[in-house]
Amino acid sequence: MADRKNQADLSAAEKRNFIDAVIALKRQGRYDEFITTHNAFIMSDTDDGERTGHRSPSFLPWHRRFLLQFERALQSVNPSVMLPYWDWTVDRSPSSSLWADTFLGGDGRSGDGRVTSGPFAFGGGNWPMNIRVDGRTFLRRALGVGTRELPTRAEVDAVLAMPTYDAAPWNSRSDGFRNNVEGWRGPNLHNRVHVWVGGQMTSGASPNDPVFWLHHCFIDKLWADWQRLHPSSGYVPVSAPRNVIGLRDTMKPWNDVTPEDMLDHTKFYTYL
Amino acid sequence: MQRLTRRDMVRRSMLVVAGTALAGQTAVATANASPQSPHAPRAADVPTAFDETYLGRHIEGWPAEGGHGGHTGHGGTDGHGLVEFVVRIDNDDLHVMQNADGTWISVIDHYETHPTPRDVARAAVRDLNGASLVPLAV
Repeated sequence: MADRKNQADLSAAEKRNFIDAVIALKRQGRYDEFITTHNAFIMSDTDDGERTGHRSPSFLPWHRRFLLQFERALQSVNPSVMLPYWDWTVDRSPSSSLWADTFLGGDGRSGDGRVTSGPFAFGGGNWPMNIRVDGRTFLRRALGVGTRELPTRAEVDAVLAMPTYDAAPWNSRSDGFRNNVEGWRGPNLHNRVHVWVGGQMTSGASPNDPVFWLHHCFIDKLWADWQRLHPSSGYVPVSAPRNVIGLRDTMKPWNDVTPEDMLDHTKFYTYL
Repeated sequence: MQRLTRRDMVRRSMLVVAGTALAGQTAVATANASPQSPHAPRAADVPTAFDETYLGRHIEGWPAEGGHGGHTGHGGTDGHGLVEFVVRIDNDDLHVMQNADGTWISVIDHYETHPTPRDVARAAVRDLNGASLVPLAV
């Protein structure tokens, strides 16, 4: 079984293989398809309308499927590559090795926020912003500017302790684990990390920053952790009202995968 | 026959793009236009129009025509008559959305909520730092 590891535990070769595969997908034009899809769902998922990728129970299975597709694309370049996760409760500083020049590169510079170091720096020519919501053509970050602190382990544990997966009205007003991990309620986990990174990560085109995948891989791990803590609590709703994805409803854009298909991640990978 | 609202048009075009991008030929995403009548807006809940210069950018916004919640239909549990608003920065559309708790977000600043469309527009101006918006693909 293939393991997804904490990014802090990757060898230098594993980091290099991951970065090289990401850049290969970019060069092939395949990376940008993921940005386009993500932004499309960001813009169309609404609290009183159809909602599949965000602000709804299917936030977690939708992103699990999205990450699996990205991981398989990486593996088409190098079969040994697995997605790593970023545990931002531990690696919570702009000086973390996550942001080293040999991995994701550093913070944006003052003034325009441009990332100037590492494999995704504009000057390196490997990372054009083809799918963007504004005119800027370079990767940007502003680590710790939009919000000072990343979520803490205590905040994560409080959310993991919630016994119910989700609740009516199945949107950003809901109580339950899903909405608290997504961040519209409670200590704000997922949303806050996007804001902490800044730059493209605050926009609908957030996969422009490869840290998107490491962040969402940790969110995916938190879902698996929650399932282990609450074996008798399942995905709800089983039968959904209009505009909401129930346990056995198929999810766009694939139309052939349901939340039920995504419940057991060990069919696909395990977490170390 | 109810006209498609601006949000329906965004949904239709964006989901077709998304289906093409990741799911190839097998997935045909469809819009979810509803024959139901929109809920009547509650006037007190609709933010006021604005038109101002902020940090050198012209920002303006107004309630979208026919753009009150319910046009995609709801099952009676999720809809509270969410408001649709047009927001522009230097005449380019900024995609904005009201959350169920009444706060607002935009495509530029999607993971942080703001109290009003004007606050969303100002936050986007600060983030843009002089850059232009890329017009919506509708």
